[in-house]
Amino acid sequence: MSRSMPEIAEFVATERLVKPSHEQDSQSHSMVLNMGPQHPSTHGVLRVVVEIDGETVTKLVTDIGYLHTGIEKNCEAKYYQQVVPMTDRIDYLCPMTNNLAYCLAVEKLLQLEIPPRAQWMRVLMNELTRLQSHLVWLGTHAMDIGALTVFLYCFREREELLRLFEAIAGQRMMTSYFRIGGLSLEAPLDFFPRVRALLKKMPEKIDEYQNLLTGNPIWVNRLKGVGHLTAEQAVALGVTGPPLRASGVDWDLRRDMPYTGYENFQFRVPTSTDGDVWARYWVRLEEMRESVKIATQALDGMPEGRITADAPKVVLPDREKMKTEMEALIHHFKIVTEGFTVPAGEVYQAVESPRGEMGYYVVSDGTAKPYRVHMRNPSFATLQALPTMCEGRLLADVVAVIGSIDIVLGEIDR
Amino acid sequence: MANDPITGKEAVSEALPGNPAIQALTAAGPDFITDAKFDRNELTLTIPAEKIRQACEIVRAAGYNFFSDLTAVDWYPAEPRFQISYHLLSHGFKQRVRLKVLVTSDDPAVESITSVWPASNQYEREVWDLMGIRFQGHPDLRRIMMPEEWEGHPLQKTYPVEGYR
Repeated sequence: MSRSMPEIAEFVATERLVKPSHEQDSQSHSMVLNMGPQHPSTHGVLRVVVEIDGETVTKLVTDIGYLHTGIEKNCEAKYYQQVVPMTDRIDYLCPMTNNLAYCLAVEKLLQLEIPPRAQWMRVLMNELTRLQSHLVWLGTHAMDIGALTVFLYCFREREELLRLFEAIAGQRMMTSYFRIGGLSLEAPLDFFPRVRALLKKMPEKIDEYQNLLTGNPIWVNRLKGVGHLTAEQAVALGVTGPPLRASGVDWDLRRDMPYTGYENFQFRVPTSTDGDVWARYWVRLEEMRESVKIATQALDGMPEGRITADAPKVVLPDREKMKTEMEALIHHFKIVTEGFTVPAGEVYQAVESPRGEMGYYVVSDGTAKPYRVHMRNPSFATLQALPTMCEGRLLADVVAVIGSIDIVLGEIDR
Repeated sequence: MANDPITGKEAVSEALPGNPAIQALTAAGPDFITDAKFDRNELTLTIPAEKIRQACEIVRAAGYNFFSDLTAVDWYPAEPRFQISYHLLSHGFKQRVRLKVLVTSDDPAVESITSVWPASNQYEREVWDLMGIRFQGHPDLRRIMMPEEWEGHPLQKTYPVEGYR
Protein backbone atom coordinates (compact mmCIF):
# COMPACT_ATOMS: atom_id res chain seq x y z
CA MET A 1 0.00 0.00 0.00
CA SER A 2 1.69 3.18 -1.09
CA ARG A 3 0.48 6.40 0.40
CA SER A 4 1.93 9.82 0.18
CA MET A 5 3.64 11.32 3.19
CA PRO A 6 1.39 13.50 5.31
CA GLU A 7 1.84 17.14 4.63
CA ILE A 8 2.96 19.63 7.24
CA ALA A 9 0.14 20.24 9.68
CA GLU A 10 -1.88 23.30 8.99
CA PHE A 11 -2.39 25.93 11.63
CA VAL A 12 -6.00 25.99 12.81
CA ALA A 13 -7.28 29.29 11.47
CA THR A 14 -7.98 31.82 14.20
CA GLU A 15 -11.44 32.52 12.74
CA ARG A 16 -12.34 28.86 13.20
CA LEU A 17 -11.71 29.09 16.93
CA VAL A 18 -13.23 32.49 17.57
CA LYS A 19 -15.58 33.99 14.99
CA PRO A 20 -15.23 37.76 14.88
CA SER A 21 -18.59 39.49 15.32
CA HIS A 22 -18.77 41.51 12.09
CA GLU A 23 -22.41 42.55 12.23
CA GLN A 24 -21.97 45.08 15.03
CA ASP A 25 -18.57 46.35 13.96
CA SER A 26 -19.68 49.98 13.98
CA GLN A 27 -20.45 49.99 17.71
CA SER A 28 -18.07 47.45 19.26
CA HIS A 29 -14.32 47.61 19.02
CA SER A 30 -13.71 43.89 19.50
CA MET A 31 -10.71 42.26 17.92
CA VAL A 32 -9.38 38.71 17.89
CA LEU A 33 -5.88 38.20 19.23
CA ASN A 34 -3.65 35.16 18.98
CA MET A 35 -1.48 34.38 22.02
CA GLY A 36 1.02 31.64 21.47
CA PRO A 37 1.83 28.86 20.71
CA GLN A 38 5.24 30.51 21.07
CA HIS A 39 4.67 32.82 23.98
CA PRO A 40 6.87 33.03 27.07
CA SER A 41 3.96 33.17 29.50
CA THR A 42 2.25 30.02 28.20
CA HIS A 43 4.88 27.76 29.83
CA GLY A 44 5.35 25.64 26.74
CA VAL A 45 3.33 25.65 23.58
CA LEU A 46 -0.19 26.59 24.56
CA ARG A 47 -2.18 28.60 22.04
CA VAL A 48 -4.84 30.89 23.38
CA VAL A 49 -7.14 32.81 21.05
CA VAL A 50 -8.84 35.71 22.76
CA GLU A 51 -11.49 38.12 21.62
CA ILE A 52 -10.95 41.46 23.31
CA ASP A 53 -13.04 44.56 23.56
CA GLY A 54 -10.55 47.23 24.45
CA GLU A 55 -8.60 45.57 27.26
CA THR A 56 -11.40 43.25 28.33
CA VAL A 57 -11.44 39.59 27.32
CA THR A 58 -14.88 38.68 25.98
CA LYS A 59 -14.12 35.17 24.76
CA LEU A 60 -11.21 32.80 25.19
CA VAL A 61 -10.53 29.53 23.35
CA THR A 62 -7.52 27.27 23.92
CA ASP A 63 -5.83 25.22 21.24
CA ILE A 64 -3.57 22.38 22.38
CA GLY A 65 -1.81 19.38 20.87
CA TYR A 66 1.44 20.99 19.75
CA LEU A 67 3.48 18.65 21.98
CA HIS A 68 1.50 15.49 21.21
CA THR A 69 3.96 12.61 20.84
CA GLY A 70 1.63 9.64 21.18
CA ILE A 71 3.05 8.37 24.47
CA GLU A 72 -0.11 6.35 25.19
CA LYS A 73 0.24 4.56 21.84
CA ASN A 74 3.93 3.98 22.44
CA CYS A 75 3.25 2.40 25.84
CA GLU A 76 1.18 -0.32 24.19
CA ALA A 77 4.22 -1.47 22.22
CA LYS A 78 6.55 -1.73 25.23
CA TYR A 79 6.98 -4.15 28.13
CA TYR A 80 5.55 -3.06 31.44
CA GLN A 81 8.95 -2.09 32.88
CA GLN A 82 9.87 -0.14 29.72
CA VAL A 83 6.93 2.21 30.25
CA VAL A 84 8.44 3.68 33.44
CA PRO A 85 10.91 5.99 31.60
CA MET A 86 8.09 7.14 29.30
CA THR A 87 6.12 8.39 32.28
CA ASP A 88 8.95 10.78 33.23
CA ARG A 89 8.56 12.60 29.94
CA ILE A 90 4.89 13.40 30.45
CA ASP A 91 5.33 15.87 33.25
CA TYR A 92 8.94 16.94 33.35
CA LEU A 93 8.50 18.87 36.58
CA CYS A 94 7.37 15.92 38.70
CA PRO A 95 8.85 12.75 37.17
CA MET A 96 8.73 10.81 40.45
CA THR A 97 5.00 11.40 40.91
CA ASN A 98 4.39 9.97 37.45
CA ASN A 99 6.65 7.00 38.09
CA LEU A 100 4.79 6.39 41.34
CA ALA A 101 1.31 6.51 39.82
CA TYR A 102 2.25 4.08 37.07
CA CYS A 103 4.14 1.71 39.38
CA LEU A 104 1.25 1.68 41.87
CA ALA A 105 -1.20 0.86 39.09
CA VAL A 106 0.85 -2.08 37.82
CA GLU A 107 1.55 -3.25 41.38
CA LYS A 108 -2.19 -3.21 41.97
CA LEU A 109 -2.68 -5.40 38.90
CA LEU A 110 0.05 -7.76 40.13
CA GLN A 111 -1.18 -7.47 43.76
CA LEU A 112 2.39 -6.94 44.97
CA GLU A 113 3.29 -6.14 48.57
CA ILE A 114 5.76 -3.25 48.75
CA PRO A 115 8.17 -3.26 51.73
CA PRO A 116 7.90 -0.33 54.19
CA ARG A 117 11.31 1.16 53.40
CA ALA A 118 10.44 1.46 49.71
CA GLN A 119 7.11 3.07 50.61
CA TRP A 120 8.73 5.64 52.89
CA MET A 121 11.40 6.40 50.33
CA ARG A 122 8.61 6.94 47.79
CA VAL A 123 6.91 9.39 50.13
CA LEU A 124 10.19 11.22 50.77
CA MET A 125 11.07 11.51 47.08
CA ASN A 126 7.52 12.53 46.21
CA GLU A 127 7.56 15.41 48.64
CA LEU A 128 10.98 16.55 47.41
CA THR A 129 9.52 16.44 43.89
CA ARG A 130 6.58 18.52 45.03
CA LEU A 131 8.95 21.11 46.51
CA GLN A 132 10.97 21.13 43.32
CA SER A 133 7.87 21.55 41.16
CA HIS A 134 6.40 24.31 43.31
CA LEU A 135 9.72 26.15 43.21
CA VAL A 136 9.63 26.19 39.42
CA TRP A 137 6.00 27.31 39.55
CA LEU A 138 6.75 30.15 41.98
CA GLY A 139 9.78 31.33 40.02
CA THR A 140 8.04 31.35 36.64
CA HIS A 141 4.76 32.71 37.98
CA ALA A 142 6.55 35.63 39.62
CA MET A 143 8.55 36.17 36.44
CA ASP A 144 5.31 36.35 34.40
CA ILE A 145 4.04 39.06 36.72
CA GLY A 146 7.33 40.93 36.49
CA ALA A 147 9.17 40.01 39.70
CA LEU A 148 12.34 38.62 38.15
CA THR A 149 14.34 38.27 41.36
CA VAL A 150 12.24 35.45 42.81
CA PHE A 151 13.10 33.21 39.88
CA LEU A 152 16.79 33.18 40.83
CA TYR A 153 16.02 32.55 44.50
CA CYS A 154 13.78 29.60 43.65
CA PHE A 155 16.17 28.04 41.19
CA ARG A 156 18.94 28.23 43.79
CA GLU A 157 17.09 25.75 46.03
CA ARG A 158 15.78 23.77 43.07
CA GLU A 159 19.35 23.20 41.95
CA GLU A 160 20.13 21.56 45.30
CA LEU A 161 17.06 19.35 44.98
CA LEU A 162 18.07 18.31 41.49
CA ARG A 163 21.57 17.47 42.76
CA LEU A 164 19.94 15.22 45.35
CA PHE A 165 17.93 13.53 42.59
CA GLU A 166 21.13 13.04 40.62
CA ALA A 167 22.82 11.51 43.66
CA ILE A 168 20.05 8.98 44.23
CA ALA A 169 18.86 8.19 40.70
CA GLY A 170 21.76 9.22 38.46
CA GLN A 171 19.55 11.71 36.61
CA ARG A 172 18.51 15.23 37.45
CA MET A 173 15.12 15.40 35.79
CA MET A 174 14.11 12.15 34.06
CA THR A 175 14.78 10.10 37.17
CA SER A 176 12.87 6.81 36.61
CA TYR A 177 13.82 6.06 40.22
CA PHE A 178 10.73 4.05 41.13
CA ARG A 179 10.40 0.64 39.54
CA ILE A 180 7.54 -1.82 39.48
CA GLY A 181 7.96 -3.61 42.80
CA GLY A 182 10.03 -1.00 44.61
CA LEU A 183 12.98 1.29 43.90
CA SER A 184 15.87 1.01 41.49
CA LEU A 185 18.71 1.72 43.92
CA GLU A 186 19.49 2.16 47.61
CA ALA A 187 20.32 5.75 48.56
CA PRO A 188 24.04 6.68 48.67
CA LEU A 189 25.61 7.04 52.15
CA ASP A 190 25.59 10.83 52.38
CA PHE A 191 22.11 11.19 50.89
CA PHE A 192 20.03 11.38 54.09
CA PRO A 193 22.30 13.95 55.83
CA ARG A 194 22.17 16.10 52.69
CA VAL A 195 18.37 15.93 52.52
CA ARG A 196 18.14 16.76 56.22
CA ALA A 197 20.39 19.78 55.85
CA LEU A 198 18.29 21.06 52.95
CA LEU A 199 14.98 20.47 54.74
CA LYS A 200 16.30 22.30 57.81
CA LYS A 201 16.93 25.52 55.93
CA MET A 202 13.88 25.20 53.65
CA PRO A 203 11.26 26.91 55.93
CA GLU A 204 13.57 29.90 56.21
CA LYS A 205 13.89 30.03 52.43
CA ILE A 206 10.12 29.85 51.97
CA ASP A 207 9.85 32.84 54.35
CA GLU A 208 12.36 34.58 52.12
CA TYR A 209 10.23 34.08 48.98
CA GLN A 210 7.22 35.24 50.89
CA ASN A 211 9.04 38.38 52.03
CA LEU A 212 9.89 39.16 48.44
CA LEU A 213 6.29 38.84 47.24
CA THR A 214 3.55 38.96 49.88
CA GLY A 215 4.05 42.59 50.86
CA ASN A 216 4.78 43.80 47.35
CA PRO A 217 1.91 46.10 46.27
CA ILE A 218 2.31 45.28 42.56
CA TRP A 219 2.18 41.55 43.32
CA VAL A 220 -0.88 41.97 45.54
CA ASN A 221 -2.74 44.10 42.99
CA ARG A 222 -2.01 41.73 40.14
CA LEU A 223 -3.17 38.66 42.12
CA LYS A 224 -5.98 39.60 44.49
CA GLY A 225 -9.47 39.03 43.09
CA VAL A 226 -8.13 37.89 39.70
CA GLY A 227 -9.24 34.67 37.96
CA HIS A 228 -12.03 33.88 40.37
CA LEU A 229 -13.39 30.32 40.46
CA THR A 230 -16.11 29.16 42.83
CA ALA A 231 -16.12 25.71 44.43
CA GLU A 232 -19.07 24.56 42.28
CA GLN A 233 -17.38 25.74 39.08
CA ALA A 234 -14.11 24.07 40.07
CA VAL A 235 -15.79 20.70 40.74
CA ALA A 236 -17.89 20.88 37.57
CA LEU A 237 -14.86 21.69 35.41
CA GLY A 238 -12.72 18.89 36.82
CA VAL A 239 -10.20 21.15 38.57
CA THR A 240 -7.95 19.31 41.05
CA GLY A 241 -5.00 20.04 43.29
CA PRO A 242 -4.07 23.48 44.62
CA PRO A 243 -6.60 25.40 42.43
CA LEU A 244 -9.42 23.19 43.82
CA ARG A 245 -8.27 23.71 47.39
CA ALA A 246 -7.91 27.44 46.77
CA SER A 247 -11.59 27.45 45.76
CA GLY A 248 -12.58 26.01 49.13
CA VAL A 249 -12.89 22.28 48.46
CA ASP A 250 -11.01 20.41 51.16
CA TRP A 251 -9.77 17.46 49.10
CA ASP A 252 -6.31 15.95 48.99
CA LEU A 253 -5.77 12.39 47.75
CA ARG A 254 -2.79 11.97 50.09
CA ARG A 255 -5.05 12.38 53.09
CA ASP A 256 -8.45 11.26 51.76
CA MET A 257 -7.51 8.23 49.68
CA PRO A 258 -4.01 7.44 50.98
CA TYR A 259 -1.56 5.46 48.89
CA THR A 260 2.02 4.26 49.42
CA GLY A 261 1.80 4.75 53.20
CA TYR A 262 0.64 8.40 53.39
CA GLU A 263 -1.75 7.36 56.19
CA ASN A 264 1.30 7.19 58.51
CA PHE A 265 2.10 10.88 58.14
CA GLN A 266 0.65 13.91 59.91
CA PHE A 267 0.12 16.98 57.79
CA ARG A 268 -2.34 19.77 57.23
CA VAL A 269 -4.14 20.37 53.95
CA PRO A 270 -4.14 24.13 53.37
CA THR A 271 -7.35 25.49 51.86
CA SER A 272 -8.71 28.92 51.08
CA THR A 273 -12.17 30.11 50.14
CA ASP A 274 -11.09 33.09 48.04
CA GLY A 275 -10.75 31.14 44.80
CA ASP A 276 -8.53 33.73 43.12
CA VAL A 277 -4.94 33.72 41.91
CA TRP A 278 -3.80 34.98 45.30
CA ALA A 279 -5.45 32.03 47.05
CA ARG A 280 -3.64 29.61 44.74
CA TYR A 281 -0.35 31.34 45.50
CA TRP A 282 -1.01 31.10 49.22
CA VAL A 283 -2.16 27.45 49.11
CA ARG A 284 0.95 26.38 47.18
CA LEU A 285 3.30 28.21 49.55
CA GLU A 286 1.64 26.52 52.54
CA GLU A 287 1.84 23.20 50.73
CA MET A 288 5.58 23.65 50.43
CA ARG A 289 5.82 24.03 54.19
CA GLU A 290 3.73 20.87 54.67
CA SER A 291 5.93 19.01 52.20
CA VAL A 292 8.96 19.90 54.29
CA LYS A 293 7.17 18.48 57.36
CA ILE A 294 6.20 15.23 55.59
CA ALA A 295 9.70 14.78 54.20
CA THR A 296 11.18 15.35 57.68
CA GLN A 297 8.82 12.74 59.15
CA ALA A 298 9.82 10.32 56.41
CA LEU A 299 13.50 10.89 57.22
CA ASP A 300 12.95 10.47 60.98
CA GLY A 301 10.98 7.26 60.72
CA MET A 302 12.74 5.67 57.75
CA PRO A 303 12.44 1.89 58.32
CA GLU A 304 15.28 -0.52 57.56
CA GLY A 305 14.94 -3.44 55.21
CA ARG A 306 14.50 -4.30 51.57
CA ILE A 307 13.72 -1.71 48.92
CA THR A 308 12.09 -4.13 46.50
CA ALA A 309 9.19 -6.54 46.77
CA ASP A 310 9.83 -10.25 47.18
CA ALA A 311 8.79 -11.09 43.62
CA PRO A 312 11.75 -12.54 41.68
CA LYS A 313 9.75 -12.79 38.46
CA VAL A 314 8.98 -9.05 38.44
CA VAL A 315 11.88 -7.33 40.20
CA LEU A 316 15.38 -7.52 38.73
CA PRO A 317 17.76 -9.41 41.10
CA ASP A 318 20.69 -7.72 42.85
CA ARG A 319 23.80 -7.49 40.72
CA GLU A 320 25.71 -9.63 43.21
CA LYS A 321 23.09 -12.40 43.16
CA MET A 322 22.77 -12.30 39.42
CA LYS A 323 26.48 -13.10 39.05
CA THR A 324 26.59 -15.88 41.64
CA GLU A 325 23.21 -17.63 41.53
CA MET A 326 21.88 -19.53 38.56
CA GLU A 327 18.22 -18.90 39.41
CA ALA A 328 18.71 -15.15 39.71
CA LEU A 329 20.51 -15.10 36.38
CA ILE A 330 17.58 -16.90 34.71
CA HIS A 331 15.08 -14.47 36.21
CA HIS A 332 17.18 -11.50 35.11
CA PHE A 333 17.45 -12.89 31.59
CA LYS A 334 13.72 -13.55 31.34
CA ILE A 335 12.64 -10.15 32.69
CA VAL A 336 15.01 -8.30 30.36
CA THR A 337 14.27 -10.31 27.21
CA GLU A 338 10.59 -11.15 27.46
CA GLY A 339 9.23 -9.04 30.33
CA PHE A 340 6.83 -10.40 32.89
CA THR A 341 3.17 -11.23 32.42
CA VAL A 342 0.53 -9.30 34.32
CA PRO A 343 -2.85 -10.90 35.09
CA ALA A 344 -5.73 -9.57 33.00
CA GLY A 345 -7.76 -6.74 34.49
CA GLU A 346 -8.09 -2.98 34.63
CA VAL A 347 -7.09 -0.55 37.37
CA TYR A 348 -7.20 3.19 37.89
CA GLN A 349 -4.68 4.55 40.35
CA ALA A 350 -4.54 8.23 41.19
CA VAL A 351 -1.95 10.14 43.18
CA GLU A 352 -1.78 13.77 44.26
CA SER A 353 0.78 15.36 41.96
CA PRO A 354 1.89 18.98 42.52
CA ARG A 355 -0.79 19.95 39.98
CA GLY A 356 -3.64 17.73 41.15
CA GLU A 357 -5.01 14.29 40.49
CA MET A 358 -2.59 12.32 38.35
CA GLY A 359 -4.29 9.04 37.48
CA TYR A 360 -3.11 6.05 35.51
CA TYR A 361 -5.62 3.71 33.92
CA VAL A 362 -3.85 0.49 32.96
CA VAL A 363 -5.64 -2.34 31.15
CA SER A 364 -3.93 -5.72 30.95
CA ASP A 365 -4.87 -8.62 28.71
CA GLY A 366 -2.58 -11.07 30.49
CA THR A 367 0.53 -10.54 28.32
CA ALA A 368 3.85 -8.81 29.04
CA LYS A 369 2.81 -5.58 27.34
CA PRO A 370 0.09 -3.26 28.62
CA TYR A 371 -3.02 -3.41 26.45
CA ARG A 372 -3.87 0.22 27.16
CA VAL A 373 -2.28 2.92 29.30
CA HIS A 374 -4.20 6.13 29.79
CA MET A 375 -3.01 9.08 31.84
CA ARG A 376 -5.47 11.38 33.56
CA ASN A 377 -3.54 14.59 33.75
CA PRO A 378 -4.39 17.41 36.13
CA SER A 379 -3.40 20.27 33.80
CA PHE A 380 -5.55 18.89 30.98
CA ALA A 381 -8.68 19.19 33.12
CA THR A 382 -7.69 22.44 34.85
CA LEU A 383 -7.12 24.09 31.47
CA GLN A 384 -10.88 23.81 30.83
CA ALA A 385 -11.46 26.31 33.62
CA LEU A 386 -9.32 28.95 31.87
CA PRO A 387 -12.19 30.60 29.92
CA THR A 388 -14.33 30.76 33.09
CA MET A 389 -11.50 32.43 34.99
CA CYS A 390 -10.50 34.89 32.27
CA GLU A 391 -13.66 36.03 30.49
CA GLY A 392 -14.76 39.48 31.54
CA ARG A 393 -11.32 40.29 32.96
CA LEU A 394 -8.39 42.27 31.59
CA LEU A 395 -6.07 40.78 28.99
CA ALA A 396 -3.06 41.11 31.31
CA ASP A 397 -4.86 38.89 33.84
CA VAL A 398 -4.77 35.96 31.39
CA VAL A 399 -1.02 35.71 32.01
CA ALA A 400 -1.51 35.73 35.78
CA VAL A 401 -4.23 33.06 35.57
CA ILE A 402 -2.19 30.74 33.31
CA GLY A 403 0.68 31.05 35.78
CA SER A 404 -1.60 30.30 38.71
CA ILE A 405 -2.85 26.97 37.35
CA ASP A 406 0.78 25.83 37.05
CA ILE A 407 0.37 24.44 33.58
CA VAL A 408 2.71 21.84 32.09
CA LEU A 409 2.05 21.34 28.42
CA GLY A 410 3.96 18.08 28.20
CA GLU A 411 1.37 16.44 30.40
CA ILE A 412 -1.57 18.00 28.56
CA ASP A 413 -0.52 16.86 25.12
CA ARG A 414 1.30 13.63 26.02
CA MET B 1 -5.50 -15.02 46.68
CA ALA B 2 -7.50 -12.97 49.14
CA ASN B 3 -8.81 -10.52 46.57
CA ASP B 4 -10.45 -12.74 43.99
CA PRO B 5 -12.60 -10.77 41.55
CA ILE B 6 -16.34 -10.87 42.12
CA THR B 7 -18.28 -10.90 38.84
CA GLY B 8 -21.96 -10.67 38.01
CA LYS B 9 -24.59 -8.13 38.98
CA GLU B 10 -26.14 -10.17 41.81
CA ALA B 11 -22.85 -11.26 43.36
CA VAL B 12 -21.47 -7.71 43.41
CA SER B 13 -24.69 -6.24 44.86
CA GLU B 14 -24.47 -8.86 47.60
CA ALA B 15 -20.78 -8.22 48.30
CA LEU B 16 -21.25 -4.42 48.44
CA PRO B 17 -24.67 -4.00 50.10
CA GLY B 18 -24.43 -0.29 50.92
CA ASN B 19 -22.77 0.97 47.74
CA PRO B 20 -24.55 4.23 46.75
CA ALA B 21 -23.91 3.85 43.00
CA ILE B 22 -25.39 0.33 42.80
CA GLN B 23 -28.30 1.32 45.05
CA ALA B 24 -29.19 4.42 43.05
CA LEU B 25 -28.94 2.71 39.66
CA THR B 26 -30.96 -0.32 40.80
CA ALA B 27 -33.62 1.96 42.26
CA ALA B 28 -33.83 3.93 38.97
CA GLY B 29 -34.68 0.88 36.86
CA PRO B 30 -33.86 -2.79 36.42
CA ASP B 31 -31.90 -2.41 33.17
CA PHE B 32 -29.36 0.29 34.08
CA ILE B 33 -26.70 -2.18 35.18
CA THR B 34 -26.15 -5.02 32.72
CA ASP B 35 -23.03 -6.40 34.37
CA ALA B 36 -20.83 -5.65 37.36
CA LYS B 37 -17.37 -6.52 38.57
CA PHE B 38 -15.49 -5.90 41.79
CA ASP B 39 -11.83 -6.52 41.19
CA ARG B 40 -8.74 -5.28 43.07
CA ASN B 41 -10.97 -3.07 45.20
CA GLU B 42 -12.39 -1.29 42.14
CA LEU B 43 -16.03 -1.39 41.18
CA THR B 44 -16.95 -1.54 37.48
CA LEU B 45 -20.57 -1.24 36.35
CA THR B 46 -21.50 -1.92 32.74
CA ILE B 47 -24.19 0.43 31.45
CA PRO B 48 -26.13 0.11 28.14
CA ALA B 49 -24.71 2.63 25.64
CA GLU B 50 -27.99 4.51 25.14
CA LYS B 51 -28.42 5.08 28.89
CA ILE B 52 -25.02 6.46 29.85
CA ARG B 53 -26.04 10.12 30.18
CA GLN B 54 -29.00 9.19 32.37
CA ALA B 55 -26.83 6.83 34.42
CA CYS B 56 -24.29 9.62 34.95
CA GLU B 57 -27.04 11.95 36.17
CA ILE B 58 -28.28 9.30 38.63
CA VAL B 59 -24.81 8.50 39.93
CA ARG B 60 -24.02 12.18 40.27
CA ALA B 61 -27.19 12.72 42.29
CA ALA B 62 -26.19 9.73 44.45
CA GLY B 63 -23.06 11.56 45.60
CA TYR B 64 -20.39 10.87 42.98
CA ASN B 65 -19.89 14.55 42.43
CA PHE B 66 -16.55 14.62 40.62
CA PHE B 67 -15.69 13.54 37.08
CA SER B 68 -12.15 12.16 37.07
CA ASP B 69 -11.50 10.60 33.74
CA LEU B 70 -12.96 9.31 30.50
CA THR B 71 -11.15 7.12 28.03
CA ALA B 72 -11.68 4.27 25.61
CA VAL B 73 -10.12 0.85 24.97
CA ASP B 74 -10.06 -0.80 21.57
CA TRP B 75 -10.70 -4.58 21.80
CA TYR B 76 -10.16 -5.22 18.07
CA PRO B 77 -11.07 -7.74 16.57
CA ALA B 78 -13.65 -8.57 19.27
CA GLU B 79 -17.20 -7.19 19.04
CA PRO B 80 -18.45 -4.91 20.56
CA ARG B 81 -15.12 -3.39 19.70
CA PHE B 82 -14.84 -0.28 21.87
CA GLN B 83 -15.05 0.05 25.63
CA ILE B 84 -15.53 3.54 27.08
CA SER B 85 -14.56 3.89 30.73
CA TYR B 86 -15.86 6.70 32.92
CA HIS B 87 -14.05 7.17 36.22
CA LEU B 88 -16.17 9.01 38.75
CA LEU B 89 -15.17 10.06 42.22
CA SER B 90 -17.17 10.92 45.31
CA HIS B 91 -15.62 13.50 47.62
CA GLY B 92 -18.15 12.58 50.32
CA PHE B 93 -17.79 8.78 50.32
CA LYS B 94 -14.10 8.90 49.35
CA GLN B 95 -14.58 6.19 46.76
CA ARG B 96 -14.58 5.74 43.02
CA VAL B 97 -16.80 3.97 40.55
CA ARG B 98 -16.05 3.02 36.96
CA LEU B 99 -18.91 3.04 34.49
CA LYS B 100 -18.24 1.00 31.39
CA VAL B 101 -20.01 1.24 28.03
CA LEU B 102 -19.50 -1.14 25.12
CA VAL B 103 -19.88 0.21 21.57
CA THR B 104 -19.84 -1.74 18.30
CA SER B 105 -17.42 -0.87 15.49
CA ASP B 106 -19.92 0.30 12.87
CA ASP B 107 -20.36 4.01 13.36
CA PRO B 108 -19.30 4.04 17.02
CA ALA B 109 -21.18 6.77 18.87
CA VAL B 110 -22.46 7.43 22.36
CA GLU B 111 -24.33 10.26 24.02
CA SER B 112 -22.16 13.08 25.39
CA ILE B 113 -22.15 13.70 29.15
CA THR B 114 -21.01 17.33 28.88
CA SER B 115 -24.45 18.38 30.11
CA VAL B 116 -23.82 16.47 33.37
CA TRP B 117 -20.14 17.36 33.84
CA PRO B 118 -18.69 20.14 31.66
CA ALA B 119 -15.30 18.68 32.61
CA SER B 120 -15.84 15.81 30.15
CA ASN B 121 -15.64 18.23 27.19
CA GLN B 122 -11.94 17.86 26.36
CA TYR B 123 -11.92 14.18 27.31
CA GLU B 124 -14.65 13.41 24.78
CA ARG B 125 -12.78 15.39 22.15
CA GLU B 126 -9.67 13.37 22.90
CA VAL B 127 -11.52 10.04 22.58
CA TRP B 128 -13.03 11.20 19.27
CA ASP B 129 -9.65 12.32 17.99
CA LEU B 130 -7.61 9.28 19.01
CA MET B 131 -10.22 6.47 19.00
CA GLY B 132 -12.84 7.65 16.51
CA ILE B 133 -15.88 7.42 18.78
CA ARG B 134 -18.37 10.23 18.25
CA PHE B 135 -20.20 11.87 21.15
CA GLN B 136 -23.72 12.95 20.24
CA GLY B 137 -24.68 16.32 21.64
CA HIS B 138 -21.11 17.47 22.28
CA PRO B 139 -20.92 21.26 21.84
CA ASP B 140 -17.65 21.33 19.88
CA LEU B 141 -16.46 17.90 18.71
CA ARG B 142 -13.19 18.79 16.97
CA ARG B 143 -9.83 17.02 16.95
CA ILE B 144 -7.77 18.07 19.93
CA MET B 145 -4.33 16.42 19.72
CA MET B 146 -3.88 15.67 16.05
CA PRO B 147 -3.98 18.29 13.26
CA GLU B 148 -7.42 19.07 11.82
CA GLU B 149 -6.80 17.38 8.46
CA TRP B 150 -5.38 14.17 9.93
CA GLU B 151 -6.79 10.88 8.62
CA GLY B 152 -7.44 7.98 10.96
CA HIS B 153 -7.52 7.63 14.72
CA PRO B 154 -4.08 6.77 16.15
CA LEU B 155 -5.07 4.85 19.27
CA GLN B 156 -7.06 2.24 17.36
CA LYS B 157 -5.32 -1.13 17.36
CA THR B 158 -5.44 -1.22 13.55
CA TYR B 159 -3.26 1.90 13.39
CA PRO B 160 0.49 1.11 13.27
CA VAL B 161 2.83 2.29 16.04
CA GLU B 162 5.65 3.13 13.62
CA GLY B 163 5.81 4.45 10.07
CA TYR B 164 3.16 6.24 8.07
CA ARG B 165 -0.47 5.20 8.03
